[in-house]
Amino acid sequence: MVYRWLFFGRKNVRTLRIITFLCQNVGTVRIVLPQVENVRLLDRLSSRKAAVGTLYLTATHVIFVENGSETRKETWVLHSQISSIEKQATTATGCPLLIRCKNFQVIQLVIPQERDCHDVYISLIRLARPVKYEELYCFSFNPKLDKEEREKGWKLVNLSEEYNRMGIPNSYWQISDVNREYGVCDSYPTEVYVPKSATAHIIVGSSKFRSRRRFPALSYYCKDNNASICRSSQPLSGFSARCLEDEQMLQAIRKANPGSDFIYVVDTRPKLNAMANRAAGKGYENEDNYSNIKFQFIGIENIHVMRNSLQKMLEVCEMKSPSMSDFLWGLENSGWLKHIKAIMDAGIFIAKAVAEEGVSVLVHCSDGWDRTAQVCSVASLLLDPHYRTMKGFMVLIEKDWVSFGHKFNHRYGNLDGDPKEISPVIDQFIECVWQLMEQFPCAFEFNERFLIHIQHHIYSCQFGNFLCNSQKERRELKIQERTYSLWAHLWKNRADYLNPLYRPDHRQIWGTLHPQMAPCNFLYKFWSGMYNRFEKGLHPRQSVTDYLMAVKEETQQLEEELAVLGERLANLQKLQLNGNKVKSKQQDRSKELALSASSNSLANTPQEYSNDLKSFPSRSPSQGDEEDSALILTQDNLKSSDPDLSANSDQESGVEDLSCRSPSAGGCLPSEDSGKDSDEAVCLAV
Amino acid sequence: MEFAELIKTPRADNVVLHRPFEPAVEGTLCLTGHHLIFSSRRQDNAEELWLLHSNIDSIEKRFVGSLGTIVIKCKDLRIIQLDIPGMEECLNIASSIEALSTLDSVTLMYPFFYRPMFEIVEDGWSAFLPEKEFEFLNALTDEWRLTYINKDFSICPSYPPVVTVPKSIDDETLQKVAVFRHGGRFPVLSYYHKKNGMVMMRTSQPLTGTNGKRCKDDEKLINSTLGPGRRGYIIDTRSLSAAQQARAKGGGFGVEVYYPQWRRIHKSVERFNILQESLIKLVEACNDQSHNMDRWLSKLEASNWLTHVKEILTAGCLAAQCIDREDASVLVHGTEGTDSTLQITSLAQIILDPDCRTIRGFESLIVREWLQAGHPFQQRCAQSAYSNSKQKWEAPVFLLFLDCVWQMLHQFPCSFEFNEHFLVTLFEHAYASQFGTFLGNNENERSKLKLPQKTMSLWSWVNQPEELKNFKNPLFEANSLVIWPSVAPQSLQLWEGVFLRWNRPSKFLDEAQEEMRKIISDNRVLQEKVNYLRRKVAHMETNDEMQEDL
Repeated sequence: MVYRWLFFGRKNVRTLRIITFLCQNVGTVRIVLPQVENVRLLDRLSSRKAAVGTLYLTATHVIFVENGSETRKETWVLHSQISSIEKQATTATGCPLLIRCKNFQVIQLVIPQERDCHDVYISLIRLARPVKYEELYCFSFNPKLDKEEREKGWKLVNLSEEYNRMGIPNSYWQISDVNREYGVCDSYPTEVYVPKSATAHIIVGSSKFRSRRRFPALSYYCKDNNASICRSSQPLSGFSARCLEDEQMLQAIRKANPGSDFIYVVDTRPKLNAMANRAAGKGYENEDNYSNIKFQFIGIENIHVMRNSLQKMLEVCEMKSPSMSDFLWGLENSGWLKHIKAIMDAGIFIAKAVAEEGVSVLVHCSDGWDRTAQVCSVASLLLDPHYRTMKGFMVLIEKDWVSFGHKFNHRYGNLDGDPKEISPVIDQFIECVWQLMEQFPCAFEFNERFLIHIQHHIYSCQFGNFLCNSQKERRELKIQERTYSLWAHLWKNRADYLNPLYRPDHRQIWGTLHPQMAPCNFLYKFWSGMYNRFEKGLHPRQSVTDYLMAVKEETQQLEEELAVLGERLANLQKLQLNGNKVKSKQQDRSKELALSASSNSLANTPQEYSNDLKSFPSRSPSQGDEEDSALILTQDNLKSSDPDLSANSDQESGVEDLSCRSPSAGGCLPSEDSGKDSDEAVCLAV
Repeated sequence: MEFAELIKTPRADNVVLHRPFEPAVEGTLCLTGHHLIFSSRRQDNAEELWLLHSNIDSIEKRFVGSLGTIVIKCKDLRIIQLDIPGMEECLNIASSIEALSTLDSVTLMYPFFYRPMFEIVEDGWSAFLPEKEFEFLNALTDEWRLTYINKDFSICPSYPPVVTVPKSIDDETLQKVAVFRHGGRFPVLSYYHKKNGMVMMRTSQPLTGTNGKRCKDDEKLINSTLGPGRRGYIIDTRSLSAAQQARAKGGGFGVEVYYPQWRRIHKSVERFNILQESLIKLVEACNDQSHNMDRWLSKLEASNWLTHVKEILTAGCLAAQCIDREDASVLVHGTEGTDSTLQITSLAQIILDPDCRTIRGFESLIVREWLQAGHPFQQRCAQSAYSNSKQKWEAPVFLLFLDCVWQMLHQFPCSFEFNEHFLVTLFEHAYASQFGTFLGNNENERSKLKLPQKTMSLWSWVNQPEELKNFKNPLFEANSLVIWPSVAPQSLQLWEGVFLRWNRPSKFLDEAQEEMRKIISDNRVLQEKVNYLRRKVAHMETNDEMQEDL
């Protein structure tokens, strides 16, 4: 197989065409129809607005390029983002195709010919459901970094450094090699941290008494008071089974915190679910068998409930022009915010136990890789300000999600698999973080965009970080040698992800966060920035974050200029004192002055500053008078001619349309989103 | 009447004050004619709470043994609890507060007794005169004139003495039109859109009655405001059926045959007790401390508050859109033209006119479109969310308007010169104030009460530089464009700053505000320093050159 690298800019449609011809045969997938003309892309919010253009199917993306207009607006969708494709009944105008994406974009196309539509549909179904890891985008994505840079990228996040930061190993905790070669638990990492008093015998014994042998291991350690958060799967206790080693294991965790004479065991499932598991020989810890534990249920629902809940909420988001009641009722009915609150409550409970009571906590659910990951990471985030920094947050995801075998491939459907395994587990965690950011605006180093882009890339498969279901599988695939790390990519662009309000110095922030518990106090909000991410018209039209970042940037430039001016002033004063100067020197100086003067004027005139502001939504053309984006009322109603005067006046139709959302403003996505860059290479097999 | 007669127990010691998110404080409670004053005795924390009696919405008392507890619920939605030892003291204090907070004579209200501790730079009572406003208009168009026809409030008791009307219509015609309009509120100019010369007018319903009465002069007036070939929209804030029903009571709506260039749109906006009920339900939901998510969302939904916000904002957008996008003039009315009409005309102006988004311009808007236009503040704001009286005329019409403005501020955080605190302050003062601005129901009543002579204007206080800075939005960058808010449910939010103000710790949000201010002021300071140095360097360099030339 020959690989050829082709580069094309955003607007280079001709190249695009060439490419689409080239990629009719991609690996094992045959794209029946690489290109369709005269396709209409409907605006989801108003059916009257539609763009006509050409649809291309490539090995990695679906691309829609608008006809006409010099802008040639493009919409790019990665195949791995496609969550469902729906072919709807043919109408007079063509055959509608509805593509729903995992990053909550919904694309409605109308293809003139039914046959073409069918071909596109068949191709997409196949392209969106890869069967081998090698088909995923990260294996062809090349950000033009050399081997060294790639390796450096993968080293950006280092878990053993992280445990060192927590103060481990120490006299209570040590690293264990019991799982080398994944001998004890194939979904755990090779390096696990356990109490010093837990011998290999105890660990192995305990692992045999736990679902999928996921024995208790350290997730977070608080060096101030020795309290820790450990995680595991459910015990195989059934109705009466016991395991001495497992009991010893929990005892060892308690002993590793000499300040406390008990530990909490938190089962994050609803009690009923846990009890039902007993019949299958699984279940939960019996307080009578374990000495000094306090057992606690925190009812977070299972992945199936969460999947359905998201589905229901997305239906609400997709409603064409919902009334306030429709929306709030639908939101409540979906239960989504209730589930978010349940996860948050669990995190708050654990953070409180660790920070305020100084008690260690063992967390589990059934397998200990979904709810347990959510709850441990929320608790860590509340407890430790380090996880609220950009780097710390990457580490947190790496620690509680990636290394402990959260099944990314199954949950996010990267490869074709059982749809019942799919569930928005990490999406919920990301939303918890956003809810916290809303309540504590100065506590996080990163902004909303950072969260949105992480969510995007969990599904995009553009980077290797979230491939597979476990560390073991990733190592077998040699992910680090064959793909790039998202963390390095985000770190490189970190300026885009900064929260201008972040105050790391602040004492209230430099400690445990204590969110309010009652829903009206906390005000769990609907996150339109995520779930209606592509309906820009629904979002605030001016971004406080962007505005403040621009101001901060200008402040920095001013500081630099201040230094330059100060220096020059000092020089001038010196020169005046000296009076006589060498002629040539004088010339040099004036040259230099002229140069810096011009650069100063560039950086500092108010005009320049407001030009910067032109990128703000309020100043963008979409706010301008010509653009129809601000139009809310339908044209038909107002422009109806005199004959239907009466009809117009007594219907409230002119009014109905107002209740619809104002149409989305911008359509062009930041390159980050669609997994394309203007200088990005696309790999093709010829 | 002497206040002393109403105060049975002027002072009680060892009273304990409970407030959400703050530790209980022990101290002394004093009652004066207008205030409830609580001062803690602790020297290290000499804290005082001053509460206007007129701010008290309702009061409840209960006893455990001889320890009495009074729960005071305020019109600004705050709830405080006072534990008062001694049954008699507690009963006395409760009944005194009850009496003092429900005085029925306006002239006994605090504004008539308040003496300002600040120097008046500019008298707010004369800061926004119609004559001055008209000067600006007259510079743009000569099609309008001021009329003094209502100078003794005889034509329309709820209009100010001076209003702007089409130049071609004489006072005699106006008089006839006034008879045809509910409450005498003949059509007047509300807003002139500089960009295209379109106008917004407001009025009340025409009194067509069941037999479809018409008024040639009314038709003449309304039609005269449109040039040949131009179009206009009459926005009726009632549903068609409500407008039709109004005919039975002598009201109605204009039939389009007689207003050929005008098209009528019905845009239903709720009014009166429906709004008051909505507010009561919303506040109840916000005060519910239970930890159940489902109950919160369904209560929020059931209150319908956000539905009203959406309706009103949508109607405002519609009016603005007709003017700016359709190049059409607009006439807005409902029944009386004193409530929903004003919500819509004022919101449309905020959307269209950048001046209304400045502090000064917004004040002027409130004066023009609410105070002078005759919104009956005293009736509407007599009671707030904790009231039991359920009077028909009580309604949070103004609060809903402020909520809509807040929604826009939230969507365009850099386009308003004022901040959220300014809107919250206006809400507070509309319900209880030391200033006379929001007293009375119209200019007629205000002039009878001699408010400008006897009370202080809110604007005199707000517009002092040291107060003004608290109301400024640090992110403000003048935006000369029309701002079109989104009215989708996803875009509208609960106004936490009012409804959850007392139920959440504000520390972290305040901190964010402070940080924003700091970022902006750091920038300004540096900008000044750099400019200064630049001038200095430039100056020295020219001196240098001059020396060299010599």
